[in-house]
Amino acid sequence: MFKMHEKKNKRIKSFKELPGDITRTAETVGIEETEKRRSGSFLQLDESALFARVIGRFKGQIEIMDTKDALEKYDWLHNYYWKLVDMDKDVYTKKAEKEFMGGYFLRILPGEKIQFPIQSCMYISKQRCKQNVHNIIIAEPGSEAQIITGCAVSRDIKAAEHIGISEFYVKKGARLTSTMIHNWSMETKVRPRSAALVEDNASFMSNYVILNPVRDLQMSPVAKCIGKNSVVRFSSLLHAENKSLMDVGSRVELIGDGSRAEVISRAIAKDNSKIIVRGVMQSENPTVKAHLECSGLLLGSKSTIHAIPELLATGEGIDMSHEAAVGKIAEKEILYLMSRGLTRDEATALIIRGFLDTRILHLPSSLDNIIRGLTEKVAEGL
Amino acid sequence: MYNILEIKNLSVEINKKKILRNINITMWGGQSYVMFGPNGSGKTSLLMTVMGMPGYPVKKGKIILENKDITKKTVDERARLGMGIAFQLPQEIKGVKLIDMLKISAGKKPNQELSSDEKKLIKKFMLDEMLDRDVNLDFSGGEKKRAEVLQLLFMKPKVLLLDEPDSGVDLESLKMIGEEIQRYIEKNNASALVITHQGHILEHMGVEKACVLLKNTIYCYNEPQKILESIRKNGYKGCLRCMKRRIKE
Ligand SMILES: Nc1ncnc2c1ncn2[C@@H]1O[C@H](COP(=O)(O)OP(=O)(O)OP(=O)(O)O)[C@@H](O)[C@H]1O
Ligand SMILES: [Mg+2]
Repeated sequence: MFKMHEKKNKRIKSFKELPGDITRTAETVGIEETEKRRSGSFLQLDESALFARVIGRFKGQIEIMDTKDALEKYDWLHNYYWKLVDMDKDVYTKKAEKEFMGGYFLRILPGEKIQFPIQSCMYISKQRCKQNVHNIIIAEPGSEAQIITGCAVSRDIKAAEHIGISEFYVKKGARLTSTMIHNWSMETKVRPRSAALVEDNASFMSNYVILNPVRDLQMSPVAKCIGKNSVVRFSSLLHAENKSLMDVGSRVELIGDGSRAEVISRAIAKDNSKIIVRGVMQSENPTVKAHLECSGLLLGSKSTIHAIPELLATGEGIDMSHEAAVGKIAEKEILYLMSRGLTRDEATALIIRGFLDTRILHLPSSLDNIIRGLTEKVAEGL
Repeated sequence: MYNILEIKNLSVEINKKKILRNINITMWGGQSYVMFGPNGSGKTSLLMTVMGMPGYPVKKGKIILENKDITKKTVDERARLGMGIAFQLPQEIKGVKLIDMLKISAGKKPNQELSSDEKKLIKKFMLDEMLDRDVNLDFSGGEKKRAEVLQLLFMKPKVLLLDEPDSGVDLESLKMIGEEIQRYIEKNNASALVITHQGHILEHMGVEKACVLLKNTIYCYNEPQKILESIRKNGYKGCLRCMKRRIKE
């Protein structure tokens, strides 16, 4: 079916064996080199998985390995592989299937509540690299975990492409938070393709943060709330500059009784960039509740934000709503801050920092601090 | 005593409409001023102009802070020179917390700690449980007023422009706010220009001078109690009649 470890880089044991510039860049997407406050790590460098490991005391609670290895090891995994994302969806999914280069398989064992986040890093360090990864995440019944996925490219890379398939299975009563941080470049094309299946009383919280330029990003993860009282939340913080093009959406299908969904996006477009923020909520079940919210901030006269919220409701009793607001920074807010002694630039930075409010991600403080640090840098750089 | 702020012959026009005409006020260190006037007479506009908020173009006249002409200075420059304002209707800002505002007012960076005196004052203003809330967002009327005055005190200004600091404030808070402002003024030889309709805050402050702003200009300078009594008895119509009499004389 596929050949193991083709074009393989030499496997390593920890991030410490990587060149310093790679670990430094990886740090900007939440990857902790020391793994001190992590329960497991995975690294994909260019075309191959370099290492996957569970930190000592978390052994027996989680399992993490190269998806290729996992498919060899577990026959049953074929019941999960390409079962949520349609392999024939588009040219990118087809390519990811044909030129499969690994990715991570993560399983949180039943009832295990993992104290520290699991980190996975997708890194591009080679010129014209085309990275196609396939991740499968299974949160077994009653488990709880935080995943942080950091994707980055080395600064000197001229052209690169990343296709990432992610399939999330959140079983009965499980709680899974996935936080993805991207740091690409004006030369990178990015096509994540994700889907999640959320069972009874389970919750899936998906956070997405991109604050650095990208040539062209298009994604629209899908979550299916099939379970009773299942909960899904998609939150994103987007900051586009230069000529970046970001088309970021999400789609939630509310099927189970009492399922709930929330989609919150904050988008800032600067320079000649364009952001399209989409959100689709769909249901035929009168007991569900869903809310979609998008706020956009335009900096400069040439940037564009296109907010497209969609509600598809069939049947009486469905409670779905959306709010969208796009505009520039309110002059009155700047003046209020200036009257307390801030310069116009300082006031603008503070408002932007507040707009990219990490509180919408509901992260534990160690992860929140990382992302807040990133948003502060963006705000200061403006 | 020294001359802190001089407003000289100040006139402001918005879209050809006269908002303020020939305003003259001189403020002394350690002494405060109160300004009365009916709704729409131009009180807030005067404070906004003195603070340097855009949208109040000065047609004529000068604003002088400690012998320095600040008429052309921007609002943040004035703030850094020692002008401070507590707004009548303070702005809400999503994502900016009250604690951020207090640190900014105190001239501190986000990662700098507040001093123990500052922390005590926050407690006294009963705002210690609101520090992480977005500033003014869903604050009650009284909470907004307390937050405004507290930010102002943290700025350590020479001139305090107080736009109705007593409106909607309960009696206990009013006493506390008034006393704290007064304590600050005496200790720092600062000066306040207070706008009030009811005059309640004056019971807790030592305000020596008062004026009435009517139809965009100052009609009368007198002692605060005299003006307040006269307004209570005869209303602002009485002020107008008095003015006409004086013009005839
Ligand atoms: N930006 C503006 N554009 C047009 N008119 C304005 C503007 N600002 C103030 N005005 C007008 O100027 C007049 C004075 O307003 P101001 O807010 O200064 O009154 P005030 O004395 O503070 O009243 P109140 O006691 O109700 O607070 C009002 O008629 C008001 O509508
Ligand atoms: Mg007013």
